[in-house]
Amino acid sequence: MTATGNHPCLLKAIRYVVLIMGVAIVVVPFLYMLSVSFKLPAYTLELPPRLIPNPITLENYKQVFAQPNMLLYFGNSLFVATISTLSTVAISALMAYAFALMHFTGKNLLFSVLLVGMMIPPVMLIIPQFLVAKELKLLNTLAGLIFVYITMNLSMQTFLLRGVFGNVPRDLLDAALVDGGTQWTLFRRVVLPLSTPGLAVVTIFTFLYSWDEFPWADVAIQDVTKRTLPIAIALFQRPDLTEWGQVFALSIIALIPVLIVYIVFQRYFVTGVAMTGLKG
Amino acid sequence: MNSRLTSPTLRGDTRSPKAAQTRRVARFKGQLGAYLFLLPGAFLFIAFIVWPMLYSLHISFYNWKIVHPEQSVYIGFQNYIDALTDPIFQRSVLNTLLYGLVTVPGQLVFGTLVALLLNDRFPGRAFFRTVYYLPVITSWVIVTSLFEYLFNGQAGLVNFILQSVGLIHAPIRWLADARLVMVPLTLLGIWKGVGWTAVIVLAGLQSIPTQLYEAAAIDGANLRQRLRRITLPLLRSTFVFLVVVLTIGALNVYISGLLIDRAGSLQDEAHFVLTWMDKQTFENFNFGQGAAISYLLTLVVFVVSLIQIRLLQPESDNS
Repeated sequence: MTATGNHPCLLKAIRYVVLIMGVAIVVVPFLYMLSVSFKLPAYTLELPPRLIPNPITLENYKQVFAQPNMLLYFGNSLFVATISTLSTVAISALMAYAFALMHFTGKNLLFSVLLVGMMIPPVMLIIPQFLVAKELKLLNTLAGLIFVYITMNLSMQTFLLRGVFGNVPRDLLDAALVDGGTQWTLFRRVVLPLSTPGLAVVTIFTFLYSWDEFPWADVAIQDVTKRTLPIAIALFQRPDLTEWGQVFALSIIALIPVLIVYIVFQRYFVTGVAMTGLKG
Repeated sequence: MNSRLTSPTLRGDTRSPKAAQTRRVARFKGQLGAYLFLLPGAFLFIAFIVWPMLYSLHISFYNWKIVHPEQSVYIGFQNYIDALTDPIFQRSVLNTLLYGLVTVPGQLVFGTLVALLLNDRFPGRAFFRTVYYLPVITSWVIVTSLFEYLFNGQAGLVNFILQSVGLIHAPIRWLADARLVMVPLTLLGIWKGVGWTAVIVLAGLQSIPTQLYEAAAIDGANLRQRLRRITLPLLRSTFVFLVVVLTIGALNVYISGLLIDRAGSLQDEAHFVLTWMDKQTFENFNFGQGAAISYLLTLVVFVVSLIQIRLLQPESDNS
């Protein structure tokens, strides 16, 4: 093997070997998660750690669903993530349209302020948001989660969509204006339909964020009936007596909507990321 | 971005005051439209980011009483001084820096490697790309419990493998020691972030014109030369972006540390900056101190962001 690097077959083989090793490192933990969710408690920490459970049991899934409120947690998560995602897409699209295609006093200043929102560590805001939510009577409410989730996504998603909307051909917009279109019809009938991949990326990002978010929900929700799934998963863990089978059964259940959203929107993902100019 | 959608009023155009006034009214109407587009977002932004930030700055100068805020005592910079001189805070800064020093290069190296391997078209490329992104879309709560399980002190898979290949003779209790726990925490950080890093590097790679590689191939440049002379230099701005974003992400490490701390029996030496902030605030009810710690972190993040803007500036001036 000389250093010329001109052995296509050898290179291809090396490529596959390295990629498959990487896949193993990524996938084996997930396979164990799946496996343990089908193991009886006595076998979750067996030696050697078997990948194929023996016996296979659905007991953990039954236990998870037998927990009081578990369906409620799932419903809470779905509600919060859906409303947050739809609202974020709508609100950030409106803002992005103004920043990309309209003229107004203070545009640059307002845009800089918006960008500062991207630099603030989200956890840093937890204490004051807790106090503000307390004053607005939003603690222990799903609305409190939704408002914060929308806001935490606004800067990033507006920034991304502004890039996408900026790419809409100017002639098209001018033509629509000459035909007597208002800014609102331009937004609805021209800009939005032409930006589907970008909107899809924003949808993925926001849904994943709202579905997975833990720190704010952990602080803002004390009422048992208002919990979301991440809180429920975290609560399953106790020092030294974690029921791993149940933790992972619930994790698998929580992963399913994420996978569905990712797979449905994935075909837009690469073009969408390129359109937003995300790479900086 | 010079929009032709609204006609800017020229200054000094006073030939017809009436026309100028109509234009001013028209411009105001146009502007009003823009502000209406901004209104819902601006409302939320002010209520849940601007106001909280100012509120936080305010309480960081007080010995804040959460139940009776009106009894809070102004103490100047004392919260900041207390935080900075607190040995646990100093330790949490060291832990966070160590976490960043391991995870940022780790994600960069493996993410770039994966991106280079996935850049050409070949059978199975879409499959690999999807699989490598799996940890990115999985929540921190789930992957943290997964790593807790894999690094279990007795029968975890990691201990089992290390014992099988003879690297260790007795199981290691990874999650019970403030130093050892950094191993699963940093590995988790890298494992979760490689897929995202790879996607960003891929986007950068695809913006490099293929003619450059063709020309280099004609000149007889080998793979390593092409990598060193073309690929890596042209990815400079992508790497700057990644280093900054990954560094900010590492400074904000929180959920994994928090959950491993809650599940295990770690001492205060294992804290990250933000897990310590969380404990000071919501367990010790020292809200002023917590606010001061988060402001200190925000300051560092701002400096890192400004460095990014400076480093990317000459690049964007050329384009």
